[in-house]
Amino acid sequence: MSIIKLAWKNIINNPLSLLLSIILFALGIGLISFLLQFNKQVSEKFEANLADIDLVIGAKGSPLQLILSSMYHIDNPTGNIKIEDAKPFLNPNHPLLKTSVPLSLGDNYHSYRIVGTNHDILPLYKAQIDEGNLWHDDLDVTIGHDVAQETGLKVGDKFVSSHGFDHDDDLAHNDSSFKVTGILVPSGTVLDQLILTNTASIWNVHNHESTEDNAENHKHSEEEHEHHNGHTHEGSLHDHDNSNADLLTHPEEQITSILIQYKNKTGLQALNMPRAINENTKLQAASPAYEINKLNNMVGIGTNTLKILGILIAFVSAISIFISLFKSLKDRKYELALIRVMGGSKIKLFTLVILEGLIISIIGFLIGIILSHLGMYFAGNFMEKDFRYSFNAFSFIKEEFLLALASLAIGLISAIIPAIQASNTEINETLSKKNF
Amino acid sequence: MLKTENLSFKYENGNSFLFPDIDTQDGGITLVLGKSGIGKSTLLHLLAGLMPPHTGNIWVNQEDISQMKGSNLDQYRGKNIGIIFQQNHFISSLSVLENLLLAQSLAGNEVNSKKCLNTLKQLNIEEKANKKTNQLSQGERQRAAIARALVNSPSLILADEPTSALDDENCEIVIDLLSHIAKQNNSALVVVTHDGRLKSKELDTIVLH
Repeated sequence: MSIIKLAWKNIINNPLSLLLSIILFALGIGLISFLLQFNKQVSEKFEANLADIDLVIGAKGSPLQLILSSMYHIDNPTGNIKIEDAKPFLNPNHPLLKTSVPLSLGDNYHSYRIVGTNHDILPLYKAQIDEGNLWHDDLDVTIGHDVAQETGLKVGDKFVSSHGFDHDDDLAHNDSSFKVTGILVPSGTVLDQLILTNTASIWNVHNHESTEDNAENHKHSEEEHEHHNGHTHEGSLHDHDNSNADLLTHPEEQITSILIQYKNKTGLQALNMPRAINENTKLQAASPAYEINKLNNMVGIGTNTLKILGILIAFVSAISIFISLFKSLKDRKYELALIRVMGGSKIKLFTLVILEGLIISIIGFLIGIILSHLGMYFAGNFMEKDFRYSFNAFSFIKEEFLLALASLAIGLISAIIPAIQASNTEINETLSKKNF
Repeated sequence: MLKTENLSFKYENGNSFLFPDIDTQDGGITLVLGKSGIGKSTLLHLLAGLMPPHTGNIWVNQEDISQMKGSNLDQYRGKNIGIIFQQNHFISSLSVLENLLLAQSLAGNEVNSKKCLNTLKQLNIEEKANKKTNQLSQGERQRAAIARALVNSPSLILADEPTSALDDENCEIVIDLLSHIAKQNNSALVVVTHDGRLKSKELDTIVLH
C-alpha cells in the first residue's frame, strides 16, 4: 500500500468532487491548448501561403477579400480586370517588378479551384512537379497533391470542370475537358489544393459558353490569336506559351488578379506603387502582409478573449481542487492522525496531500489535451469542408509540454496549503478529542 | 516489553502528573486503572511516543523512545507499538485488508498480504478482508482494529478503554481475546481503563491516584 495508491484511493473515494475538479481542469487546459494549436496551425498556413508576395492587384473592392481570394483561395474574387488595364504590371520589362503572376479564377472541379496562371507561380510556393509534367497546352492541368488524393485524378485522366467555386453538376462545362499532365509534390501551401492551368484555358472554357458552342467562330478566334501571337506553334492550335507577353496580345480578355514581387521591396517607388494604383487606375492593389496583419488583429481579439476565459477556468479549477482537498482534510483529520500513529512521518502526510492534488491535475491535463485534439479534429474537418484547408489534429506542439508543467504547478499550488495543514495535524489533540 | 522510570508530564496550564514506574513482561498483561482526569490518556500518549515526557525514560523493546525524535520515532512506533483505540477509526477509503497493508507499509515493514490475512484469520474476520470498514459491525470493527495493531508483531500493545462500551459478556470476551493474542504474539499488553469490572481478572494492576 504505497502512498501514491493511498492518494489515489482517497481521491476516488469522493467521486463527485473529483469529477467537478477534473471537468473544470480539463475544460481550462483543453480550451487553452486548443487555441494554441489552432492559432499555430492557422498562422503556419497563412505564413506558408504569404509566399513572399508583396502585392496583389485585382478589381476594386475589399482589399482583404482580394488577398483571401487570390492568395488563400477561400473567398470569392472582387471581380475581373481587363488585361488592357493591367498591361504595365504584366510587362516583363517593368523596372520595379521581379515577378508578376496572373491568376484567372472562375471554375472548379469537385470544389477544387482551377487557376489559370503561368509557371512562375511554382517558385513562389517552392512547389515542384512530382509525377508527369507541368501544363503546356491549353486545357492541360497540373494538380496539387491534395486534389490528386481526394479526387483520385491521375496523370492522363480527363475531367470536366464546373462553373463557380462550388461543385455543381448543372453548371458543368460539358464540352471542354481538362487533361491532367502532372501532379505536384505536397508543399504545405495552398497549391496542394489547386488545379493549375494556363490562362487561355480558362478563357477557352468560357468562350465555348459565350459563343454557344459555335465551333467555327471559336476556331476563327483561335486562328486570330495565332496570328496575333506572331510565332509558330509546333503542337495544336490551342497552344500558348504561358508567358505574360502572350497575355498582352489579348488586351480585350480578362484575368482575375496579379501576384507581384518587387525587385526592391524597400525602394521608395515600390512603397508608393500601391497608392498610385489605387488612386490613379481602375485597379486595386492590396498588400498581403498588411491585410493579414489586420485580419490577425481582428481574430486575435476573439482568441485572446477565449484564452483569458481558459485561464479563468483553470484558475477556478485550482480553487476547486483547493476547496475539495481542504474539505476532505477536515473530514479526514482523524485518519491523518492515525497515519502518524501507524508510523507515517509529517513528510508523508504532506506528500500524500500533494499527490492527491497532482493526480487530479494530471488527469485533468490529459483529458484536456484529448479534448483539444478532438476539437482540432472537428475544426479541421469543418475547415476542410468549407475552405479546403486541412489541419493536423494529432501533431503535438511544445506549448503542450509547457501546459503540462503549468498543470503540475496548478496541482502543486492548490495542494500546498492543505498539505502543510495536513502535515501539522496535532496527533494528541485530534486523538484526545474523540478518544480519551 | 515495556519499562518506564520516573515518568512525569507537565501541561502548559500547570497541570502535572507523576506516574508510577511500569515494568512488564513479554506476553504479560498490565492493567492501568484510574478515574477520569487522573492522567490515563496522558500516560497512554507518553507510552505511545505521541508526546515527549517532562522527565523520565520509556524503554520499548530495550530502546528509549523518550530520546527519539521526528520520523525516527514515528517509524519506531509503527514497528514496535500497536495501539487499539476506544473508537475504532480506519482509513475509510481503504478495505480492511488495505488498512492492514498500509500499517505494514507505514511501519517500514515488508508489505505482505498473506501475513495480514493470517492476522485477520486469528481474529476470525478473514472473510471481511475486502469489505470497506464502514460496512462492518461494531464488534467486527474492534477486531479489525486489533488486527491492525497486531499486524507488525509489535513488542508492545496499548489498548485504550477496549471494554468500557461493552456489556459484561462482551467485556469478558474482548479481554480474554486480548490477553490470548498478547501471549500468542509474545507482546506486552497494557490496557488503560476506568472499567472496574476488569479488577476481578487478577492481572498486574497499576492504579493511578
